[in-house]
Amino acid sequence: MLQEGVVVVVIKPTVRLLILWLLSAISTVSEAAVLEADRADVLYHSYEGGGMKIDGPAILLRKKATEAVAFTAYYYVDTISSASVDVLSTASPYSEERNEGQLGAEYLYDKTIMSFNLRQSDEDDFLAQSLSVNVSQDTFGDLTNLSLGFSYGDNEIKRNGDESFLAQSEQYRISAGINQILTRNLTANLRVEAIADEGFLNNPYRTVRFVDTSIPSGVGYQAEIYPQTRNSLATKLSVSYFLPYRAAVFFHYRYFNDSWEIKSTDAELNYRHPIGDEFEIEFKVRYYQQSQAEFYSDLFPYKDAQNYLARDKELSDYDNATFGIGVTYLLPKYLSFENLRSEATLQWDYIDFNYNNFRDPTSDGGVGNESLYGFSANVFRAFVSVNF
Amino acid sequence: MKLKKEFLVIKLVLKVAFLLSLFSLTGCASLSIEPWVKPYERQNLADPIMRLSRHPIANMHVAHVLEAREASRGADASGGGGCGCN
Amino acid sequence: MSLKHYYCKVVFTVISLFISINVQALTIGQDAPDFTLKNMQGKNLNLTEQRGNIVLINFWASWCGPCRKEMPILQKLQDKYQELGVEVWGINVEQENQAGKNFLADLNLSFPIFFDQTNKLSKTYQIKAMPTTVIIDRDGVVRYVYLGYQDGYEKKYAKAIKTLIRE
Repeated sequence: MLQEGVVVVVIKPTVRLLILWLLSAISTVSEAAVLEADRADVLYHSYEGGGMKIDGPAILLRKKATEAVAFTAYYYVDTISSASVDVLSTASPYSEERNEGQLGAEYLYDKTIMSFNLRQSDEDDFLAQSLSVNVSQDTFGDLTNLSLGFSYGDNEIKRNGDESFLAQSEQYRISAGINQILTRNLTANLRVEAIADEGFLNNPYRTVRFVDTSIPSGVGYQAEIYPQTRNSLATKLSVSYFLPYRAAVFFHYRYFNDSWEIKSTDAELNYRHPIGDEFEIEFKVRYYQQSQAEFYSDLFPYKDAQNYLARDKELSDYDNATFGIGVTYLLPKYLSFENLRSEATLQWDYIDFNYNNFRDPTSDGGVGNESLYGFSANVFRAFVSVNF
Repeated sequence: MKLKKEFLVIKLVLKVAFLLSLFSLTGCASLSIEPWVKPYERQNLADPIMRLSRHPIANMHVAHVLEAREASRGADASGGGGCGCN
Repeated sequence: MSLKHYYCKVVFTVISLFISINVQALTIGQDAPDFTLKNMQGKNLNLTEQRGNIVLINFWASWCGPCRKEMPILQKLQDKYQELGVEVWGINVEQENQAGKNFLADLNLSFPIFFDQTNKLSKTYQIKAMPTTVIIDRDGVVRYVYLGYQDGYEKKYAKAIKTLIRE
């Protein structure tokens, strides 16, 4: 019933809005926007923390076919080896691979850019496919950019070791954004996105634990049970400011809440500073905190304690802090081939996770009194970009 | 039920976007607002260091790392409005 | 949904019908505003002294992609039509123009480039887009204004110039 609500409340007015925009695009032919420049990026990424190690390559290509049409292609691989706290307490370490590919097309007409994107992410027990459409328009003397996006995703979930298991879920997303130039040095962006999920929304391997005095360990396990729907709304404000000595500072603030009663806020500050003509250095600080899902508990008092049961630490009450640094080297013109501008970047993020009501079952303290879990992760990215 | 508030917000946002589009659509100008940042004053905003999508491939990875570990999702991509070149 | 809410919506819609952003540029048929600027070589050039020639004025900036693309095309126009009485002038509108000068150093342009650093001229010519090309006839009257640059505009410029030459 909530899904029907999404369709009626959101899709119909969106279609009306899209039609209106297309009409306005046709009627006011005066000046035009431009599509972004062609580029190719090759990246190596690595994540290590909490017993997980994930790394792999990624590649991004962007090419204009004409001044009005551009194509993008993206390919990404995660090679995962996991011995995380969930895995160690209930299973054995595993390794797997996830492949993701995206194909996109953009069409520019006067001041309107319409883009279309297809995405598929594939691992041996999860197949996600989605398509998204986005319309973006410059208006108000080009000081304002309005955008509207719609996305539909379909997921197929399997369970390794259980051939008969097959589940589905769907996701609808709708977003609206406004980007406003405030002064010669300042822009602000406000974006709102509503997401509705339906179907099998939990993890087919994960379990919750409950107090069970009938067995020696004192703890019993049962499969997690999630609601069949989840609706959420996120609002994000971003502000960009150009500093007079030529540097840029960015501030982001996002508020999120959903039908599982999770509320979160995050705030981020970025600073980008060029050094001469050849280097750029970036600093990042981000703080995130969330409240727990309504049906989450680290330890339930007995079996089947609630209709919905979750012990996923991602649904717990927790916070994290990120500190990041990046350096970009821009290849000078005399070393560059004709019109190619190349650059190489190294980025390092350090993320500290701090759980307020998720306990580490492998630590001491007795059932329900183990120490609260926390870990830190190091994320690296090394990539080369060529603009042509 | 609980999500009525979220739906109302979405409806409001869509209505505002609709009205803003009416603004850009109408040609009749009894009142005119001059753009207060002229096209030739967009030098700083057009500077590559001011782009949120300066490193798109890295942004995609950052978003993926966070989305996999945080319950919140959405509103991540940035908008347009850069150089204003025609 | 109260009466007040409905009333607000109506008022909002009515106001929206009366407000729009002014995107009119320089009026075709008016006399081109006169100016005197120093070119890169240090020589003073004045617009009204060009009467008798067709003048194509291009307002550009190095941070603007389409402007950069247009430069070699303007050089070609100058090469082709200069003998027929056409002058191409480039006006850089950057408030800090070192990047503009660096950009020019890589090109070999024979037409005069002026620097409108204070944007006084850009305001006089009501520049609404980057780049803007204004074509002025032999009597100093603005005849064509092109907002922006896209592939194929050079054909429009050539056509306009040929029309003005024949007059």
